[in-house]
Amino acid sequence: MTDTFEPVIVGFTCNWCSYRAADAAGTARVKYAPNVRLIRLMCSGRLDPAFVLKALAGGADGVLISGCHPGDCHYIEQNYKALRRFLLLRRTLKGFGVEPERVKLVWASAAEGVRLAHEINAFVEEIRKLGPLNWPKWDNQSGRDLPADIEPQPIEEVPA
Amino acid sequence: MIENHKPKIGVYVCHCGSNIAGTVNVDDVRKWAQEKLGPEGVVIARDYKFMCSSLGQELIEKDIKELGLERVVVAACSPHLHEKTFRTAAEKAGLNPYLTELVSIREQVSWVHTDKAIATEKAKSLVSGTVQRIAYNTPLEKQKVPINANTLVVGGGIAGIQAALEIANAGFHVYLVEREPSIGGHMAQFDKTFPTLDCSACILTPRMVEAGTHPNITLMTWSEVTNVSGFVGNFDVRILKKARYVNEDVCTGCGICTEKCPKKVIDTHYEAGLGYRKVVYTPFAQAVPRFPVIDRPNCTFFQKGTCKACEKFCPTNAIDFKQEDEFINITVGNIILATGYDLFDAGRVTNYGYGRLPNVFSSIEFERLSNSAGPTGGEITLRDGKTKPETVGIIHCVGSRDKNFNNYCSSICCMQSLKFAHIVRERTGADVYEFYIDMRTPMKAYDEFYQRVLDEGTLFVRGKVAEVTNAARYPHEKGKLIIHVEDTLVGKQRRIPVDMVILSNGMEPRHDAKQTGQTFGISCSSDGWYIERHPKLDPVSTMTEGIYIAGCATGPKDIPASVAQGAAAAARVLDKILQKEVEMEPIRASVIEENCSGCRICNSMCPFNAIAFIGDLKVSRVNPALCQGCGTCVAACPAGAITGTGFSNEQIFAQIDGLLMTV
Amino acid sequence: MNKYIYYPGCSMEGSARAYAESLSQVAKILDMELATVRDWNCCGATEYLSINLIPAYSLIARNLAIAAGQVNGTNELMAPCSACYLNLEKADYYMAERPALGEKVNEALAAGGLHYKPGSLQIRHLVDVLVNDIGLDVIKSKVVRPLTGLRIAPYLGCMVPRPDYQHRWSDHEYPLELDDLMHVLGAEVIDFPLKTDCCGGHMSQIAPETAYELIRRLVSEADEYQADLMVTVCPMCQMNLDAYQGEANRFFGTKYQMPIVFFTQLMALAFGIDAKSAGFGLELVSAKKALARIGVEAPAPEPASPRRKPDGLPMPPHRRKKYASGREASDEKIAVAE
Repeated sequence: MTDTFEPVIVGFTCNWCSYRAADAAGTARVKYAPNVRLIRLMCSGRLDPAFVLKALAGGADGVLISGCHPGDCHYIEQNYKALRRFLLLRRTLKGFGVEPERVKLVWASAAEGVRLAHEINAFVEEIRKLGPLNWPKWDNQSGRDLPADIEPQPIEEVPA
Repeated sequence: MIENHKPKIGVYVCHCGSNIAGTVNVDDVRKWAQEKLGPEGVVIARDYKFMCSSLGQELIEKDIKELGLERVVVAACSPHLHEKTFRTAAEKAGLNPYLTELVSIREQVSWVHTDKAIATEKAKSLVSGTVQRIAYNTPLEKQKVPINANTLVVGGGIAGIQAALEIANAGFHVYLVEREPSIGGHMAQFDKTFPTLDCSACILTPRMVEAGTHPNITLMTWSEVTNVSGFVGNFDVRILKKARYVNEDVCTGCGICTEKCPKKVIDTHYEAGLGYRKVVYTPFAQAVPRFPVIDRPNCTFFQKGTCKACEKFCPTNAIDFKQEDEFINITVGNIILATGYDLFDAGRVTNYGYGRLPNVFSSIEFERLSNSAGPTGGEITLRDGKTKPETVGIIHCVGSRDKNFNNYCSSICCMQSLKFAHIVRERTGADVYEFYIDMRTPMKAYDEFYQRVLDEGTLFVRGKVAEVTNAARYPHEKGKLIIHVEDTLVGKQRRIPVDMVILSNGMEPRHDAKQTGQTFGISCSSDGWYIERHPKLDPVSTMTEGIYIAGCATGPKDIPASVAQGAAAAARVLDKILQKEVEMEPIRASVIEENCSGCRICNSMCPFNAIAFIGDLKVSRVNPALCQGCGTCVAACPAGAITGTGFSNEQIFAQIDGLLMTV
Repeated sequence: MNKYIYYPGCSMEGSARAYAESLSQVAKILDMELATVRDWNCCGATEYLSINLIPAYSLIARNLAIAAGQVNGTNELMAPCSACYLNLEKADYYMAERPALGEKVNEALAAGGLHYKPGSLQIRHLVDVLVNDIGLDVIKSKVVRPLTGLRIAPYLGCMVPRPDYQHRWSDHEYPLELDDLMHVLGAEVIDFPLKTDCCGGHMSQIAPETAYELIRRLVSEADEYQADLMVTVCPMCQMNLDAYQGEANRFFGTKYQMPIVFFTQLMALAFGIDAKSAGFGLELVSAKKALARIGVEAPAPEPASPRRKPDGLPMPPHRRKKYASGREASDEKIAVAE
C-alpha cells in the first residue's frame, strides 16, 4: 500500500442496467479501482437521498449512483426521478458544507461494462483530489455542541 | 425483533476453481467472517471449491437442517447467475428462498482487481454488507398470475413466420403484425439462398401461405404496434391498422386495380429502387395477403381528386377511398419481436461511389437484378439495362468491420458475396474478383461452397478496398471502374479495372429499433441490436419477462439461424403458456396506512398506475397486481409510510453500515 | 456583419497573392470583417511537426494565443490556407487532448508572456465559413455575372476535409461543399473524382518525379472531363499544379494547359469584379482562354522577370566548407573564374 489517499466509495446500481454493466465489466475482466462497493437496488428511482447521506455520514468519501440511460428505464421513467433527486441532493449537500462533487450520477446500460469501469476510475480520481470527507462527528449520546465557529442561527418562521 | 434475536446466519465462500480463489484469499474471508461477524449472527462460515455444484448445495442444505440456519449468505458470482440456484437449494431445506442472498465477489472483485490483499479486503466488506442486510430480510411468497394464452409476434419475416407457425400449430392463437403490406420480409426479395442455391421464393412461399391461412393466426399486415402496457401473462397491446383503402372483406386479390392504375412510381422498397410499381399494388406476386394497398402520397385521386380508375374497374367494389386508420386493442400473454434489420446504406462509404458511379450496385440491388422476377428478368446487366459486364468486382465488409461505420461483422456477407460470384459466373461468364478482409464460412456446407466458387475460377484478393473510382490513370483503365486495393497477400497496391462493382453491404439495426425497444420495454446494445437475457444461454429472452426476440433483431444472422431462433422463441412462449400461470417476484411496495397522511405524492410517482388514493380513508394504497417493485414511491414518501419488500430502508441502511465496517 | 479573426499565412503575401486579393474583394461584398492576427508568425507548414513536436506546436500556438487575446465579438479564427488551417486546428485539438503537451507549449509561450487555453477559439477554413456561415443563398444573391458555360473541376485537396477534428465537413472522402459553392456561381461543375487526392505537397521539392505523377493525375483527369479550369482552396495545391504543370508536361511528354485558380477569384468574377482585381494574370498557366468563354477579358500572366545575374560582390567563403556539396563547390569555381 502506498501513502496516497484511498477513498471509500459506496455505489448504488439498479438491477437491470448498471448492475449488469458491473457484471459485464467482470465477465470482460476489465480492471478498475477497488475503492467502490456496490449496493443493488431494483431501480435508481428507489434511491432515497437518505441512503447517500447515511453513506457519507458512515465514512464514505463519495457516492456513485448509477441507473439505466434516460429512456431505457426498466420501469419506464423512474431514472428521471432519480435524476431529479440527485440534482436536489447536490444542492442540499452544498448547504451542509459537503462538496456536491462527492456524489455522481452515471448512466450505464447493461452493455456498458467498460464505460462503467472507466467512470468508476474517473470518479475515484476525482474523490482522491477532493481528499477525505470530514463529516462533523456528532455524538448523539453526549449531545455535543456545534463547533465553536458556527453561530446558532435564529430560526426564522416561514409561513406555510 | 432484531434487537432481541439475531438470526443465525451461515456464510459460504466459493472458490469458483481459481476464478475467485486466484485473486481473493478465500480462507481469510471465511475465517474473518466466522470471527468478526460472529456478533452479527454468523454461526458458521465455510468455503468450498464450487458452491454451485450439487455437493456445495448439499453443504448448505445440511447446515440449514442441522444448525438451524435462518439466513444464508453465499459469496460467489453475480446474483443474476446463481441467485436462483442457491435460493432453490435453501428452499429444499425448508428455508424461505428470500432469506438467501448472493454476494458477487467474482464479477465485482476477483475478475476486476489484481492486488490480492485489496481484493480480499473488498470481498470482506461486501460480505459484511450483506450479512448486516440479511438480518432484516423477511420471508416472501411468490405471487402467481394467470397467463393469457394468446401471443403477439411482431415482424413477418422468416423468423416471425416460423415463430407464429410453431405456436399456432401447437394450438394457441397468434397475432402476427407486419408493417409492410405483405409478410415475407427480406427473404422475399432474394433470388437464391446460400449454400444450397435453392430458390428463395420457392421455399418461402409455402410458409407464407401457411401463415396466411392458419386458423390460429390473425394476420395483421400494414399495421404497427403503437403501445404496450402490462406485464408477462397480461400485456395490453394497441395496434395501428393503417388504411389500405381496400376493403379486405370483399377484395379477391384479382389484381385488376393494379393493372388499370395509370401511374407508375419507382419501387424503392421491394425492388430496391431498380424497378417500378403501380400506385395501387401488392409488393410482389406471391404476397400474403393478396390484398393490394393504395400508396396515398402518390395516388392521383388523393392528390388531385380525380382518376379513381381502380374503383371503376374493381369487379367487387372493394376500393374504399374513405377508409381511415384504426386502432385495435388486443390482450396477449407473451410477445415475440422479430423485427429484423435494415440494410446498411452503401452510399455512406463515399469512396466506393455508390449513388455516384452508375455501375456500382448494392447487394440488394444485385439480388433484384439476378432475380428472375426482378426488373431485368434475371439478366445481369450494367445500369443501362443492356450491357453485360465482362469483369465484376465484389467488395466485402461494406459498412461492417469498419470503425467509421459498424465495428461488428455482419456475418452473412461473405456467403452472400460467394453466392453473387457464382451467379455472375454462371449467367454471364464474366471474370469475378472478390475483395475480402477475412473469409468467414463457418456453418454447415458453407466452406464447401467457398471451395466450389474457388474452383469455378473466381479470383480472390485479400485486402480492404480503398476506393472505387472512374478516374483512369492508365489507358487500359479508360471507361472502367477502377478498384484500388492493397493486396495484403502480395504486399502491393493494385488497381483492378472492372465493368461492375457489387458492394456487399452489411446489416444494421432497424432505424427505429430504439423507439420500438422503448415501446416494448427492452434495450439495445451500443451497436443498436436488442440485448438478450444471456448471450449464450438465453439468446431469445430479454430482461423483460414475457418479451422474446428472434432473428436479426438481435444481431446479423442468416436464414437458418433466424428460423432456429424463431422456433426457439416459440418454444419459450409455449413453455410459459403451458404453465398456465406465472410466478412474479414478490418485490412489491405497500403503504402502512396508519402512517399515511394522504398527501398523494406517491400517486404521481408510479408509471404503472399501481397506487390509488382511497377517498373514504384518505390514504393511498398499492395494488400489488400492478406494482412492479421499482421502489420509487418508497423513496418518495415524505412520511416514510411506504415500505418495499426485499429492499426496505432497514435492509439498505444495514448494508451501508456493513460495507463501511472496518475490515 | 460576420466577424472573423483572420490568419493569412505566408503564401497570401507571396505565391498566393491572387487568393489574398480576391478574398479581400469577396469579403467586402459579403460584409465580412476580417481582423488580422497581430504580429502573426509561420504556421510551421507541413515539415516542422514531423521533426520536433513541442517547438512546432509552440510556434503554432503563439498565433492562437495572440488571436485569443484579440477576441472582439468573435472567437472564430479563419485561415484561407489549408495547411495553416490544419496546423492551427491540430494544435488546438492536441493541446486539449494531451494535457501534458498543452502544459509544455504554454510553458514555452509563457516566455513571451502568452498563454493559450485550448478550445477557446473556433478554427475554421474559409470554404467552411463561406458555405456554413455566410450561406449559399446569400452568396447566390450577390452573383451579378453568373459563370454560365464555364466548366470547372473543383479540387479541395487533402488537408481541409481530413482529419476534420470538429466534424465540420459533410464527408471526408467526397465532400461537396466546394461543388455546391461553384454551382451557386452558375458554373458547370464536373463531378471531379479526385477532389481530395494529393497535389504532391512538398514532394515537388524532394522527389519531383513523384510529384509530377500526382500532378499529371489531377490535371489529366480534369482535362478528361474537358474542364476549362480547376479551382483550388489551398495555396500549396495551386502552386504545385500551376507552377509544376510545365515540368510535368515535359516529363511525360504531354501538353496540358489547365489553368489553376483560387475559388475566391471566381467568386469575385461572379460578383462583378474585374479580372485584374480578382487576381487573374498572376497564374502561370493562363486562364485567359477559359475566361474568354464567359466573355471576360483577363490580363495575360505577367512576364517572368529575367533571372538574376551574378552581378553583385563575390560571396565570402562558405563557413561549412568542409561539408560543402558539389554544387557549392562549383559555385566557388565560378567565383574564382570571375
